[in-house]
Amino acid sequence: MPVAHLPINHALLLASVLFVLGLLGVLVRRNVIFILVCIEIMLNAAGVAFVAAGSRWQQADGQIMFILILTLAAAEVAVGLALILQFYHRFASLDADAASDMEG
Amino acid sequence: MNATFYVASTVAVLATLLVITRTQAVHALLYLVVSLLAVALVFYTLGAPFAAALEAIIYAGAIVVLFVFVVMVLNVGGDAARRERAWLAPGAWVGPGVLCAVLLAELLYTLYAGTPGTTGLHPVASRQVGAALFGPYVLAVELASMLLLAALVGAHHLGRREHLER
Repeated sequence: MPVAHLPINHALLLASVLFVLGLLGVLVRRNVIFILVCIEIMLNAAGVAFVAAGSRWQQADGQIMFILILTLAAAEVAVGLALILQFYHRFASLDADAASDMEG
Repeated sequence: MNATFYVASTVAVLATLLVITRTQAVHALLYLVVSLLAVALVFYTLGAPFAAALEAIIYAGAIVVLFVFVVMVLNVGGDAARRERAWLAPGAWVGPGVLCAVLLAELLYTLYAGTPGTTGLHPVASRQVGAALFGPYVLAVELASMLLLAALVGAHHLGRREHLER
């Protein structure tokens, strides 16, 4: 199988850029669906960093951490989307600011 | 193979940029699929074929399908897109954009301060990953199964109908 031989910096650069884009999305967007999507992007960027590190030292541990991140992302998205459905039925809107008041 | 990595990274970054700027949720999700598949290709070029397969199957497959289902159920259409456009005024981007640019600059500074190694001298086969997963990491696998069970129960509880009526 052909494999790229490149400085690990370039792979980590990709991970950093993806992470910062996800963070920017979380900060800027007000729609809760987009906020959840951007959190997924950030988790995925962390996965890129782990796989790149695993590739650098030729260890399986990087991919194992990626699998655990994948599990976390799947669990998070299941609960998050259930919360979004609740949110929409209660406030009839996807604006995160609609739920700025805490009750009881 | 290096060129493949750079092309796939560029596609991933551009698609992610489009994800965070779209006003239609469905368009954003389609760009998200492109971004995730590009990252899967990046994993393949880095010598992690198992991670690439999981990225394509679970992220681009299962997780995005869940998002599409929810967008379909909520039926967010033209009105929502217009409101999104109003929220996405250029002024809203300035503050977070500057802060994120500073963060990225810091990350890059620390990245380029060290001595770089080279990736992908040998691919890490899925056999190796499986052996490690069910060897030293077996406890982590059990914990992941507990996490998934907790998420299943939580999602079921939150999604109950009578709960929604209140």
